[in-house]
Amino acid sequence: MNRLEVKGLKTYFFLDEGIVKAVDGVSLSIGDQETIGIIGESGSGKTVTALSLLRLVVPPGEIVSGNAILRRKDESYVDIFALEPQSDVLRSIRGNELSMIFQEPMTAFSPVHTIGSQIGEMVAQHTDLDSRTIRGHVVDLLHRVGISNPQQRYDEYPHQLSGGMRQRAMIAMALSCNPNIVFADEPTTALDVTIQAQILELMKDLQQDERLSVVYITHNMAVVAENTDRVYVMYLGRVVESTTTRRLFSSPLHPYTQRLLRSIPKPGHRVDKLEIIEGNVPIPIDPPVQCGFFPRCPVAIHGTCDKAVPALTQHEDGHFVRCFLYSEETEQEDEWTRI
Amino acid sequence: MNGQESKQARILEVKDITKFFPITKGFLRRVVGHVRAVDSVNLYVNEGETLALVGESGSGKTTLGRMIVRAIESTRGSILFRKDNETWVDLTRLKGNDLRAVRRYFHMIFQDPYSSLDPRMTVLDIVKEPLIHNKIAKGDEARERVREILKIVGLDDMHLRRYPHAFSGGQRQRIGIARSLVCNPRLIVCDEAVSALDVSIQAQVLNLLKDLQIQFGVSYLFIAHDLAVVEHIAHRVAVMYVGKVVELAETSELFGNPRHPYTEALLSAVPLPDPERKQSRIILRGELANPANPPSGCYFHPRCPYATDLCTRVTPQWREVAPEHFIACHHADTLSLKGMF
Repeated sequence: MNRLEVKGLKTYFFLDEGIVKAVDGVSLSIGDQETIGIIGESGSGKTVTALSLLRLVVPPGEIVSGNAILRRKDESYVDIFALEPQSDVLRSIRGNELSMIFQEPMTAFSPVHTIGSQIGEMVAQHTDLDSRTIRGHVVDLLHRVGISNPQQRYDEYPHQLSGGMRQRAMIAMALSCNPNIVFADEPTTALDVTIQAQILELMKDLQQDERLSVVYITHNMAVVAENTDRVYVMYLGRVVESTTTRRLFSSPLHPYTQRLLRSIPKPGHRVDKLEIIEGNVPIPIDPPVQCGFFPRCPVAIHGTCDKAVPALTQHEDGHFVRCFLYSEETEQEDEWTRI
Repeated sequence: MNGQESKQARILEVKDITKFFPITKGFLRRVVGHVRAVDSVNLYVNEGETLALVGESGSGKTTLGRMIVRAIESTRGSILFRKDNETWVDLTRLKGNDLRAVRRYFHMIFQDPYSSLDPRMTVLDIVKEPLIHNKIAKGDEARERVREILKIVGLDDMHLRRYPHAFSGGQRQRIGIARSLVCNPRLIVCDEAVSALDVSIQAQVLNLLKDLQIQFGVSYLFIAHDLAVVEHIAHRVAVMYVGKVVELAETSELFGNPRHPYTEALLSAVPLPDPERKQSRIILRGELANPANPPSGCYFHPRCPYATDLCTRVTPQWREVAPEHFIACHHADTLSLKGMF
């Protein structure tokens, strides 16, 4: 059994304008020490997927269906979505077993508390250690993520740290309670390439030392290509393709993935013009029951792709794709499909 | 591009341009030091060419770009701009009406398509404003021109009366491009113009910029930190480090045969969208030097794996090591550095 098995996650936002189906039936599995990538453009639902798994979705958002079975540190199993929002069990999971590295360390940290006290607060929440031991532990963490002079940094405020240092502190915070799975939401997007390389290298080292599973949530194909074992490609709230990273980049199946990979400039393969995907990612307010990519898909089959949602089916061993070009199977409808 | 072509008509020549921001202290705003945001930069841009400025945040790329469009004043140096076929003007010396008269020839596209457009103006007004302001056209003529330019950037008539909030990021960036193009400028400074856009939208805007360049012969000063994008769009690339340009060369030369250790490190840090290719990475220690208190000698020496005693003492000269390949490094002739390919 994998560390985490998610089945049929649906997270909807109930707005006055209509229902935004931000995540609409996502299933994924995360193995021990695996590195997973979730690729998608803005609005694809990749961040909401992670927030749902941490139960951080707030109204008007709501997890309407699905389950997520987590194998805990003590080898017991729990369905994260079945837990009460304020329950002790959920609190003991969040931060302690699942944690998240946020994109903007400047906004994710509180500006009026020191870095050290913010990380320490999390440790205090999950352990019975006294404050001096906690301080020692946090200083040690800051040192491990490559922050020089951690004793002094402990007492500094987020604005006193550079972007790269803040991101390191963020990583230290996420790892402070030895979680099993870390969701890294665009962990390097706001950073320069040289700092990005430092951070990704650090994540790799930590992952080996700490036996972590890491989920990279990003739109950066290159980061995914270099750092992950397996990839889920998301479009408009659904996983449209999933396979090993190597296979995805060598033989993508879904028309969206194929075009997405061709639309990024590749150093060393200079072309006159990049291939483009026409149009924009639609806003998923009351989306029609059809393939999400249908309006932009150049190989769409009219009368088929606009009539039903294709199911995610296995095309080859371990290579799943959601497209009528490969299978006629349609997604099973439930009470939420046509509301 | 070979040496022959690069001798084509220049449109912009930046000479020794410098910007020091004063650091003030106390009630009397006593000046206690300077941030050397841009320090003695020399470069030129040809007609119909894209020159990219790359470097880490804080390296001074945006300050340089803003000085060129006279959004901020330079401390020293000159910016020569070819207004029409024969007349050169020094932008740093122009004032008042003279400056206003040349402003129509250069323009800027900003990074954030959300905050760079006035939310209370319609698309028509946003794009029309430069025409009115520069007294190029008004009334029906201006409206006709706006229609024309919107069509070129891929928007249509039904968008004219709408406000920016009704558009997606990519469409807003198109509005920004339309606004910067409407006066037929000769130079557009694109400050991280595609960085905030989604992958699939980024390709659309990059292609549009390329098309417009071919169609109108406009030059771009393309400020970016994404080297994959730069390799795609730029003819030549200038690499900045703590306010100085440390290397400048034709794109494939710079990517394939870098001569400055900083360029080498920067290139090796770029992740590639290919899981089969694992490159050995040079991880730079530390972070960008503080431009208020830069290190002695070569600014890069504390992070440079090849630094010698000479580098800590003497500032390297800006020189041409190969045709059209400029560099500021003491050891450029002896080092054999690895490019991207």
